Amino acid sequence: MINFLQNAIDALSLGSLYALVALGIGLLFGILRLVNFAHGDFITIGAYSLILPSTNVVATMLIGSWHWELLIPVVCAIVVVVALATDALVFRPLRRSTAPTLMIASFAVSYVIQNGVLMMYGARPKAVNLWSALTTQITIGGLREPVLQVVTIATTVALMVGLSLFLRHARWGVQMRAAAEDFRMAQYLGVRGNFVIGLAFAVSGILAAAVSLLFLAQTGALSNVMGVPLALFAFVAVVVGGMGSLPGAVVGGFLVGIVTTMLQAYLPPDLRVFRDAFTFTFVIIVLLVRPAGLIPSRSIVERV
Amino acid sequence: MSLQVSWRGLITPLLLIAGVAVVTFLGVLGGDQVQTSLVEMLIRMVVVVGIWVFVGNSGIISFGHVGFMCVGAYAAAWATVDPNWKSIMLTGLPDWLQNGQYPFPFAVIGGAVLAAVVALLLGAAIMRLSGIAASIATFAFLMIVNSVYSNWDSVTGGTSSIIGIPTVVGPWVAFGFAAGAILLAYAFKVSRYGLMLRASREDEVAAKASAINIVRVRLVAFVISAAIVGLGGALWAHFLGVLTADSFYLSLCFITLAMLVVGGLGSLSGAVLGVIVVTIVVEVLRTLEGGVTLGKTMISLPPGSQEIGLGIVLALIMIFRPTGLTRGQEVQWPKRWSRPAAPSVEAATAPSLGE
Repeated sequence: MINFLQNAIDALSLGSLYALVALGIGLLFGILRLVNFAHGDFITIGAYSLILPSTNVVATMLIGSWHWELLIPVVCAIVVVVALATDALVFRPLRRSTAPTLMIASFAVSYVIQNGVLMMYGARPKAVNLWSALTTQITIGGLREPVLQVVTIATTVALMVGLSLFLRHARWGVQMRAAAEDFRMAQYLGVRGNFVIGLAFAVSGILAAAVSLLFLAQTGALSNVMGVPLALFAFVAVVVGGMGSLPGAVVGGFLVGIVTTMLQAYLPPDLRVFRDAFTFTFVIIVLLVRPAGLIPSRSIVERV
Repeated sequence: MSLQVSWRGLITPLLLIAGVAVVTFLGVLGGDQVQTSLVEMLIRMVVVVGIWVFVGNSGIISFGHVGFMCVGAYAAAWATVDPNWKSIMLTGLPDWLQNGQYPFPFAVIGGAVLAAVVALLLGAAIMRLSGIAASIATFAFLMIVNSVYSNWDSVTGGTSSIIGIPTVVGPWVAFGFAAGAILLAYAFKVSRYGLMLRASREDEVAAKASAINIVRVRLVAFVISAAIVGLGGALWAHFLGVLTADSFYLSLCFITLAMLVVGGLGSLSGAVLGVIVVTIVVEVLRTLEGGVTLGKTMISLPPGSQEIGLGIVLALIMIFRPTGLTRGQEVQWPKRWSRPAAPSVEAATAPSLGE
């Protein structure tokens, strides 16, 4: 029982990371119909922004050694700037393009960022010690959990509540929802298209920055492709949840996290190495049963 | 279907093959380095033309075809690697594969057939999906292949590579297969199935209303396309002589898609041209990375600029020429020698690739 609870908390913690990444991807998809492969690289940039740019094997902390109250906003700002820059340089000129074009363009952006990081910081992964205090374990009635798991879950919940309050009540949030519902109609009603899209990129940048800090504190290692697996799992989470639906993205993220953790825990040992294969097979099955995802968004259905 | 193809219709594949032959001939004259790049390019051409059969005609971006390449490559390696090595390293293979050693043509066909069978099973499931859901499903397939092939130690060697595959693919062998792939892809394009599939790409609802069984035509294209790509994988194995599962992953997926998009998704000529152009861009950047002496100074780009350059080229093409270099047109014999062919209305108004 204790064992199961432990797995459940691990699952929730991993699921909440995926949910945060999926939210960032889902937000842009909802408004722009952009499947943003570069989101994982936003996460990578957030993590790398903590250290001094150099190709040395040993990482020297710069921003990473600051107090967290200063560190978090600065990292968020850096990732937001990068996200806005990709929009201005690549996605804005492609506004009228189709979804596949945008998807491949984001693939190109991702490729450029990954290799740019490689160029600036070198190819070898670097060990980084961020917030080591969070890895201490707390014991609650036989249950031993690192504080970090709890912090991850709490941060996710806080960000989700914040985002949904913003989308529901703030003026800009309402505009974003309107744009996601029907972009052209929203524009006719006075919503500035590029502003709303920029806002979506900024919010997704903040979400990416949060993930990069949580993830780095967990793994303690930097690599130029560290964000890729997160983004890949989040994609399928977005699709499984229902493209364009934010609650769907969250549900999908948690579902993928839970499935992955449970497979890891309960698959027979010799099948355990194929965990990812099982996860992705599960994804294909979900898509077959519900091609529009678990919580389909109404606006995505094409009317004829 | 071949009866309906007029002589004029055959011009396109013949021109393409002639063009590739010229490139091959020029490459063969070059040094070792050039020849290696040439063979690499021709094999990628087989793969990209294979991907085009599905992606170009259906309009569905597939990230999974590199997975078929992996399947084909390993199948071929299983057939041709020395049985002594297999009996030590690949203990999970069935007896006839583990103890036998088969000739190269058998390996290539085996690679194509296995990829086609996998595509049939996968396609039967996912061809019902459209648009982005279908793309993501192919992505999931790529992840599954990667996860299985890099962990199934007794059959694929896991993360250690398969070595000792006979390296029998040279420039002209690769050219022969590229030419074959071009002919096959063109035959599919002008066939009834190709036409029906392109109709479904333009307008799914209208195609359905015209009694086109979209799932079936997509599936046919998917299987043919996977077979060609699997064959490309087999060639790849017999060119490198060494296989690792991780080489068939996101990077290769990116390069092959970049080739398709640069040339233009809309036409077979685009697939062929894209491979050549991207290869040239990459080779130039690679040479610059290695360092070029200009007068007395040595200029060299930092490592990684090859990839960054390719990404930037791709982004620029998508922004300034969204339908690719060929604008979705096939190469044709010029109508009048004196005047360059004016761009057709269709090309000028085509909104973007994939439409």
